[in-house]
Amino acid sequence: MRYTAKKIGTLLLTLVLVSLFVFLAFSLLSGDAATRMLGTEATPERLAALRAELELDKPLPVRYVDWISNLLRGDMGTSYQYRLPVAQLVAERLRPSLTMTVMAFALIVLLSIPVGVVTAKYAGGWLDRTVTVLGQLLMSVPPFFTGILFTYIFGLILRLFVPGSFPAWEDGAAAYLGYLFFPALAIALPRVAMTVRLLRGCILEEAQKDYVRTSMARGRSRGDILYRHVLKNTLVPLVTFLAMTVAELVAGGVIIEQVFSIPGLGRLLISGISNRDAPVVQAVVTLVAFWVVVCNLAGDLLGRRIDPRLRNGEGGDA
Amino acid sequence: MKKRNYYLLFGAILTAAVLAFILLGYFWTPCDPMKMDGAARSAAPSLRHLMGTDKFGRDILSRVMKGAGATFLVAFGTVVIGTVIGTLVGALTGYFGGWLDEVLMRFNDALSAFPGFLLALVLVSVLGPGRRHLLLALGIVFIPSYARIVRTEFKRASVQNYVKSARLMGASTFRILFVHILPNILTVLLSAITIGFNNAVLAEAAMSYLGIGVSPDEASLGYMLSDSQAYLSTTPWYALGAGLVIVLLILGVGLIGEGLQRKDL
Repeated sequence: MRYTAKKIGTLLLTLVLVSLFVFLAFSLLSGDAATRMLGTEATPERLAALRAELELDKPLPVRYVDWISNLLRGDMGTSYQYRLPVAQLVAERLRPSLTMTVMAFALIVLLSIPVGVVTAKYAGGWLDRTVTVLGQLLMSVPPFFTGILFTYIFGLILRLFVPGSFPAWEDGAAAYLGYLFFPALAIALPRVAMTVRLLRGCILEEAQKDYVRTSMARGRSRGDILYRHVLKNTLVPLVTFLAMTVAELVAGGVIIEQVFSIPGLGRLLISGISNRDAPVVQAVVTLVAFWVVVCNLAGDLLGRRIDPRLRNGEGGDA
Repeated sequence: MKKRNYYLLFGAILTAAVLAFILLGYFWTPCDPMKMDGAARSAAPSLRHLMGTDKFGRDILSRVMKGAGATFLVAFGTVVIGTVIGTLVGALTGYFGGWLDEVLMRFNDALSAFPGFLLALVLVSVLGPGRRHLLLALGIVFIPSYARIVRTEFKRASVQNYVKSARLMGASTFRILFVHILPNILTVLLSAITIGFNNAVLAEAAMSYLGIGVSPDEASLGYMLSDSQAYLSTTPWYALGAGLVIVLLILGVGLIGEGLQRKDL
């Protein structure tokens, strides 16, 4: 219990730090939003009126607290560039981003676990060596470059999707998911390679332990020991790693949405950043931070659910 | 017989080759990267233009060389900022401990859950365009990751016998930190630097791809990639040339990092 409380404390701190960082970056460094919106020709009276309307005339701490308390009530403020409630903008763009992240995550789990197990089982063999080399290569290709290659190969040559024209959800789930599959794969591939490497390493390390040797001496087959004992013990580091992967997927998603012209949160964030639309950027970044924090906590709690040793030993600092 | 460390070997060869390519680009390029050759617009790779030309007839190889140079400078600067400040902070907090260490590490834990790239993105956008700002933003965002690794190593070293005996002999704290401990953690630090360098290359390329922090008239690999997308069906080699250099640079440095980690095994 104490551990969980401490963990939640750290994660709340993440939320506060990230939102404070973005808030301060915009308030202190980005200049006057009112001047930018009205231009330099505007009269001082109009500037003052707009500042009052945007509540920019209040002191910084008051504005931050106001912003947080509004956020908790679901009010994310009004976008400077679109003149629309940020909550509405975010809601419209949530679905493609979320779908893509979930797809990428599913791809990582589905691809890396079997490959990781097989390469560990036949470690040193030709398959293992091929996968290791391939993995090193996959980790070196930036996802947005992979995305461009996919656009060329699967979009322009094989015509599996039309690059740049993102289908609406209403046009059918198959087209929607089919389009999102390629960007999801592009952000998943480097993480697949990393997960395979981690899993393979964990299995090989676990296989050195005494209980494995004892089981072998008692005549159990290698496969039996691998699937019944060794794999269970590698689950915890795997779950922790996968939880951290979510944060990277979200960051990768911001870029890949640009490559495939997906109208998601990432594009909203980039357009907000390019136009210094503080309310939009603050809302999206905080939302991403929240999502990252929830996944982290879920991974942590799941790990403790799987391995009772973590629950009893209070070994939280390891 | 000792098994050869192929990771280190191939990584060093590949990195040396890419670095030579980049260094050459600072002094000499096959064509003027800005010169537009009206007769050879969107030309396929040939002996005259090894990577072909773009829609204005500019030599892509020359532009890639310039762009890779810019990417390398930003990544290098980021690593310098991150390593120097991160090592200082990590060394002091790890060696002395205390409440400042506690507080900094809590902050570090909290921040490390969030992708640093997004924070750098926000920072660059408010600082305004320009490579210096990009470098500064990435450097700042990467400091905590170095500090964390260095701190762990210094904390471990601070209770070891060689440090204790140095202290007994009356060596100054500065000497203990940077003459006795630092060389002992060099392998770990170097491997962290390779990872940090690759992250910086990725981040620079991604930012310039998004068009944040760079101006279009500067040659940059990310900008070239984003530009190439519009002409993907007519000049696919444009994307390939720019992307390949990033891949080779990251692969080479990644192999070195991998090799360093396996060195003691």
